[in-house]
Parts: sequence; C-alpha cells; structure tokens
Amino acid sequence: MIPLKVERPSSLTSEEQAAVQRACDEWQDKPGALLPILHAVQDAIGFVPPDALEPIAKALNLSRAEVHGVVTFYHYFRTKRSGRHVVHLCRAEACQSLGAATLERHAKRSLGVDFHGTSADGAVTLEPVYCLGNCALGPALMIDEELKGRVSPERFDELMRSLRAEAR
Amino acid sequence: MSALKIYVPRDAAARSMGADATAHAIAAEAERRGLEIQLIRNGSRGLLWLEPMVELEVAGGRYAYGPVQPQDAPSLLEAFQGAAGRAPQHPLAHGLTEKIPYLERQQRLTFARVGITDPTSLDDYLAHDGYRGLKAALAIPPAQIVEHVTASGLRGRGGAAFPAGIKWKTVLGAPGGQKYVVCNADEGDSGTFSDRMVMEGDPFVLIEGMTIAGLATGADRGYIYLRWEYPDARRALEAAIQAAYQAGFLGANVHGSGRPFDLEVRMGAGAYICGEETSLLESLEGKRGQVRFKPPLPALAGLFGKPTVINNVITFASVPIILDRGAEFYKNFGMGRSRGTLPLQLAGNVKRGGLIEVAFGMTLREILYDYGGGTLSGRPIRAVQVGGPLGAYMPESQFDTPLDYEAFAAQKAMLGHGGIVVFDDTVDMAAQARYAMEFCAIESCGKCTPCRIGSTRGVEVIDRLVAGENAGAQEVLLRDLCETMTYGSLCALGGLTPYPVVSCLNHFPEDFVKPKSAQASA
Repeated sequence: MIPLKVERPSSLTSEEQAAVQRACDEWQDKPGALLPILHAVQDAIGFVPPDALEPIAKALNLSRAEVHGVVTFYHYFRTKRSGRHVVHLCRAEACQSLGAATLERHAKRSLGVDFHGTSADGAVTLEPVYCLGNCALGPALMIDEELKGRVSPERFDELMRSLRAEAR
Repeated sequence: MSALKIYVPRDAAARSMGADATAHAIAAEAERRGLEIQLIRNGSRGLLWLEPMVELEVAGGRYAYGPVQPQDAPSLLEAFQGAAGRAPQHPLAHGLTEKIPYLERQQRLTFARVGITDPTSLDDYLAHDGYRGLKAALAIPPAQIVEHVTASGLRGRGGAAFPAGIKWKTVLGAPGGQKYVVCNADEGDSGTFSDRMVMEGDPFVLIEGMTIAGLATGADRGYIYLRWEYPDARRALEAAIQAAYQAGFLGANVHGSGRPFDLEVRMGAGAYICGEETSLLESLEGKRGQVRFKPPLPALAGLFGKPTVINNVITFASVPIILDRGAEFYKNFGMGRSRGTLPLQLAGNVKRGGLIEVAFGMTLREILYDYGGGTLSGRPIRAVQVGGPLGAYMPESQFDTPLDYEAFAAQKAMLGHGGIVVFDDTVDMAAQARYAMEFCAIESCGKCTPCRIGSTRGVEVIDRLVAGENAGAQEVLLRDLCETMTYGSLCALGGLTPYPVVSCLNHFPEDFVKPKSAQASA
C-alpha cells in the first residue's frame, strides 16, 4: 500500500506545539478565528512557523494552503524567527517629508541589513511599516510596541545602542 | 493643602516623545519635595509639537507647560509649589490651555473630552456628558435614531463621505435576524491619527457610538477592527470595554433597556487594503483581505453575509453628541453638504502639527499657516498632500480651497480622512509620484488587474520618464495607465492612486524633466 501522505515530524518544540494548541482551543469556536489564532501564535512564539499551519488548519477545518494564503497576505505575520527586538520603520509620506528616506538608508547601513533582515548579533530585525499614526512627530519608528517620534539618525543610533545594551 | 492635580498625557504620540519618563520624573520629584500630587494620565490635547505637554489644574482652569522633559521636573514643581493656587510661571509655560489660540479657535465636538478626561475612568466619562447620547437613543424607537443621524448630515469620516444615516437606514430595513456593527479602526492613511487619538484619549465615546448604532439598526454584536500598529489604542479600548460591561453599558441588558449589545476588538495584521470596507470584512472573517464585488452592499450582506453597519471611528464617535445635543446642533456647523466638524490632522514638515477639529469651510491656507505656522524646516511650503496616500498633492495655488468634500472634489483632490501632510521646497515630486505607485503595488490585494499590474507598470513608466527615455511618449503612457486604473479598478486603492500621480504631473511637471543632478534630494 502506498501511503497517501507522509507525516513528517513537527519541527516545533513541545512548548511551541502547546502554544499553537492553546491558541486554537481558545479561538476555534469563535467566528473569524484565523487572524486571532495567528496573532496568538506569533505573540507566543515570535513568528508563525510553517509547522504551525497544519494544526491550525485542522482546528478550523481549512486546508493548509488556505492558512498559508492568509499568513502570507498580511505584512505583519512573520514566517521566520526575528531578532530579540523588531524595529518597524515608517516609510510613509508624512515621515518622508522629514527625512524618512535618509533614516531608512542610515538604519540599513548601520544595522547591516535590508528590510526583513536581522542584525548579525541577533538584536534587531528591521521591518518597513506604512504609518504608525505619529505623523506630526516624524520620522517615526516602533521598537516592539514602543512608538518613537522625531527620530534623527543620531537618535536612531542611541535607541539601537540601548537595545543592544539591554539584550546583553 | 489638597493634592496638586497634574496631567501628563498617555497618548502614544506624547509617549513617543518621552511622556512616561516625564511622568516618572514628576512623581519622583514630588516625592522628594514631600509634595502631594494627583498625577492623571490623560489623552493628548492634540498640540503635538508641545508634547509631552504637562498641565496643572488651578482654580481658574488648567495651565499648559511643554514640551516637558524629565530634567524640567524639578524647576516645574518648584514653580508649582510656590504658586499657591495661582498660575505658576515657568519658561515652558503657555498659559491657560483653553486660551492657546491653536485650541481656542477649534470647535471640538467629537474631541470634546479628549485630553480633558482620564480615558480609563468611566466615572470621568459620565461626569463629562458621557452616555447622554445613549440615554437619549434608548428613549426613542430605532427609526427615529436613524432619522437624527440622517438629519445631522453626518457623512462617513473614513474618507468616502457617504451619508451615515442612509447606511444605517438600509441596515435597519434589511430583513434577517443577526446583524452586525463593525468599526473600521484600520486608520492606515499616512498623515492621519484622529482615530488613534480618540481610541486612546476617549475610548468610551466610540463604544457609546457603536452601541447607539446597534440600537438603531437592530444589531446586537459589534467588532472594532483595529490595526496592529496601535497597541496603545488596543489596551485603552479593551480596558474601556471591560469597564462598560461591568457598569452594564454593554452586555445582555444595555443600561437596563433589556436590549443586548456585545463588543470586542479584533486586530488587523498590517494590510492597508483592510481599510477598504469589504476587504476589512473578509479579514474579520479570517480570510485574506481581498476586496469584494459590490453589490451586494455590506449594509445588506456584510460580515458573515449578514446586514452590517460599517463606519469609521470618527463617524461612530460623532454620533453620541448628535443624539445628545440634537441633529440641528450638529448640522449648524459646516458648509454646503459637508455638515458638522472634521478633525483635521496636520502632519509632516510643519512647525505646529496636531489635531485640529473645526467646522467644514476653513481654507487650507488658514490651517497651514495660522495653525501650522509653516514648515518645521523653515523653508517655503511647496506641496501638501491631503487625504492620505491616495490624495492629491496640492500646490500653493490651491491653498485657498475651503475644507469641504465638494470643493476638494472640484479641484481633483479629496479631503478623505482629513490628513494634511506638508512638504517643503526640497521635495522631489516625481519621487512622490513614484512612491504612490510603489505603495499601491505593495498594498494591492491582487484581485483586480489595473491595480495589481498597473501599479508596478506605473513605477517602471515613471522611472523611464524621469530618466528621459522618450519622455513625451512615457507621459502619454502614464496618463493612459492612470485612466485605466481610475476607471478599471475594483476599489479606491487602484482607483485613487492616480490622484497623487496625476496631481504631481499636472502641478509639478518640472520635477519630471529636470536632469537628475539638479534635483534636490527627497
């Protein structure tokens, strides 16, 4: 007999599997559960691992492809582990008017990464974002959930230095 | 001596400038001096260039100081301590908050409480006219609530300016048991933050407005679809919803009326397109945020296929005062078919950026210069983009346009959600046009071809145009592409992206022909 589907062992740790299960248990009977589950998984694990898709799909009676389609549609969901901190740098017009493009070049150069990349020391993942709602105090960025305003290249360096100091 | 009442905003913009550190420094300094204070973390007054703006309450009102950094705490409290109930003098003083011209000249209806109350306190909300609109709504039948909203002239504040009353009436008249109220809190337009400020600074007013919408249309369940970029707003809303449940303003029996209304917050995940209402509904249902064909209208077949009222935060937040003070009161503000007030958001390269709620009819020039004081860089204003990333770039010659939906439309511009982004004369308008297409390409949901493919082709055409490769033909091609996107796209993302692009071409053609070396950097 030829097996229809080969079950691969999950790459998730047992803790991660438990986190995925908790998210499914909490939401699966509520309407529109998929985004809340993905948020809960990313909050717990730091990203949405590919091996989380199968159990989520099962819980919601969806195909793995449908879940994959949703994960990849939204910029916020990550499919790779991030650095210890995620810096979302605003690229939108209000911040552009105050030098966001210069800040973006500076950030990429000083961290040695492009967008979606993680600095070599694992401290910072740099992501673009289109408006943080701090448009009168640009250029703006968000470190994890902390909004910052009037971020000059010098202030950016200070902020990164303090992130790295606390990470040690 | 009773405790000094000191206000330090908890608004995310104020916190982005160090309000938490300032609050801590004030508390520590007060303790050091043995000074009894009551520290209240209020919303922001919207004078954002003064953030962190600290206020001290004395007999005559509240006095403003800003921007206050932690190192200013000792001198500030020294002044407060020595003032004995009078206005303390300090180099950072701005006098009575209410008398600061930026604030004094506004007409704050929707933002009446923002910056004044403690957003975590339901008691404070009730003490400042909170839930009076709901009480008025509970005393009249649903159809009459809808009539009040229609008569007020309130139009959707998310950008499309569709009359709210008509939407509500359609939902009220729609057959079927389950109906929903959905708040579009996916405020993605660059240059806008009014939704955020209301949700953080006065979350109960949104809850009240949505509850009234539920009563008016027969919907017993509401969702606030909030963008992930607003974690502070999420915390504020969730705390307020919990408080409203505990006090019986939400739940199975709204304020003893026997009528149910449940409300919860759902988080978006970084997709600009989810600010489009049908895409938002798809996302709430747990799917990719792809735009739906219309009809059917969401009012008839919305969330999970059920009749749904879907409005922007400011629209819902404007409803309580309409029910409380009457449709006439609200309607008497404004001009033409734009009734009431619009909370404008002055942003970008501007000296005094912030939240300006005024009646429709003021000119752009008054906002830019009288309120804004020109650019932060001190250079001349060259262009302003009004209405978010899909809004037109307006040159100086259009600054006398009154803030009115129809007047802006006549200029091939749009007021949208009321964001105004200022650029000085170093801006490269060809780069801005290119960015508009790039943004559309990044954020397109992919459902329709003009938007999905047109935006990418648009970037390429602009690149060739600026490089001078057969420029005349490229411009013809770009305008033709814009026409196709305008008339061929399924929703406003592809349909309005040509606004910024064509406005750059029309008003700033020189930026598309200058040799690269002569261009100022963007």
